[in-house]
Amino acid sequence: MPSTETPPTTKTLPAPSPLTLGPTTTRSRLIVGTGKYETYELMQSALDASGAEIVTVAVRRERLVDRDGRSLLEFLDTDRYTILPNTAGCFSAEDAIRVARLGRELLEQIDNAGRHWVKLEVLGDKKTLLPDPVGTVEACRELTADGFAVLCYTSDDPIMAVRLRDAGATSVMPAGSPIGSGRGIANPANIAIILELLKDPAAGGESDYPVIVDAGVGTPSDVTTAMELGADGVLLNTGIAHAKDPVRMAHAMRCACDAGYHGFRSGRIPKRMYATASSPWEGVISVIPGE
Amino acid sequence: MMRAMMINVNGRTVQLEAAASVRTLLEELELGQAACAVEVNKRLVPHRTYGEHALDDGDEVEIVTFVGGG
Repeated sequence: MPSTETPPTTKTLPAPSPLTLGPTTTRSRLIVGTGKYETYELMQSALDASGAEIVTVAVRRERLVDRDGRSLLEFLDTDRYTILPNTAGCFSAEDAIRVARLGRELLEQIDNAGRHWVKLEVLGDKKTLLPDPVGTVEACRELTADGFAVLCYTSDDPIMAVRLRDAGATSVMPAGSPIGSGRGIANPANIAIILELLKDPAAGGESDYPVIVDAGVGTPSDVTTAMELGADGVLLNTGIAHAKDPVRMAHAMRCACDAGYHGFRSGRIPKRMYATASSPWEGVISVIPGE
Repeated sequence: MMRAMMINVNGRTVQLEAAASVRTLLEELELGQAACAVEVNKRLVPHRTYGEHALDDGDEVEIVTFVGGG
């Protein structure tokens, strides 16, 4: 598998510029999860195909009985990947802060570059997995004060995104749609407003403030949509892990990310109501209706 | 036989000798070499202090590790 530098179709396309997220800089704008794979071996292959350099993990109890002797860390090259621990499964700021600290402790032990950050999730409800906005702001503020770079999962609410940026979030990560739903970018206008508020200096933003679309991504076109809107990256898990062919899908997601990245920077044509011919009218030999 | 105490580890009751350290607990559970993080009564115990952190009867201990997640 070639590295992220040059897509296979051309040698002239510039590589996407590296993305800085607090203490970490990555060449890949895809961040991928490690959950839900049928086997660890399949996960390894899919991570490799995705080109990702940052991978998310969850913090859970050690199994004291029925331990199968295989642990995730045995299958993750911790020199290659920067590990981003999440606080998935937490429904209060207090629990999310505990889990963030446990994750940091684990990363310090294995001396991984991810030891200064966390993907913060404070959930409001088990069915929707939508974030609890109040708990999220509270935890974001406290973890930032505790020295964490907080990559903050949130809904696609633009005002909430601003509040989290103001609470110290290193990156705001709005959901395209509910976690694992595969519904893609449900409200592109909201994502566009978030990007404007956080990244456009005219709207009080900073152009290098990173916004990552996190969750709900089901297909490569969803990744492209997010990147074409101007997102700095996309975080996904289920869309790859539960595809019939996860490795192929990982590769497709990677291509889609690059496509959207370059598409956004290429300056798209404005949308028009009516057609504009690609071939010249001059020299047409036919009879044109109405003329 | 030293006096025993009961602690709760990951939701299960475990019997240990009184004032055993976190390190002793991890070794009892064959987790001495594992990458794991430990909380006692909801407070993180840094791994450097496992040997000196004595457990008390009734302590609630969480031992966690990384699993796949998104």
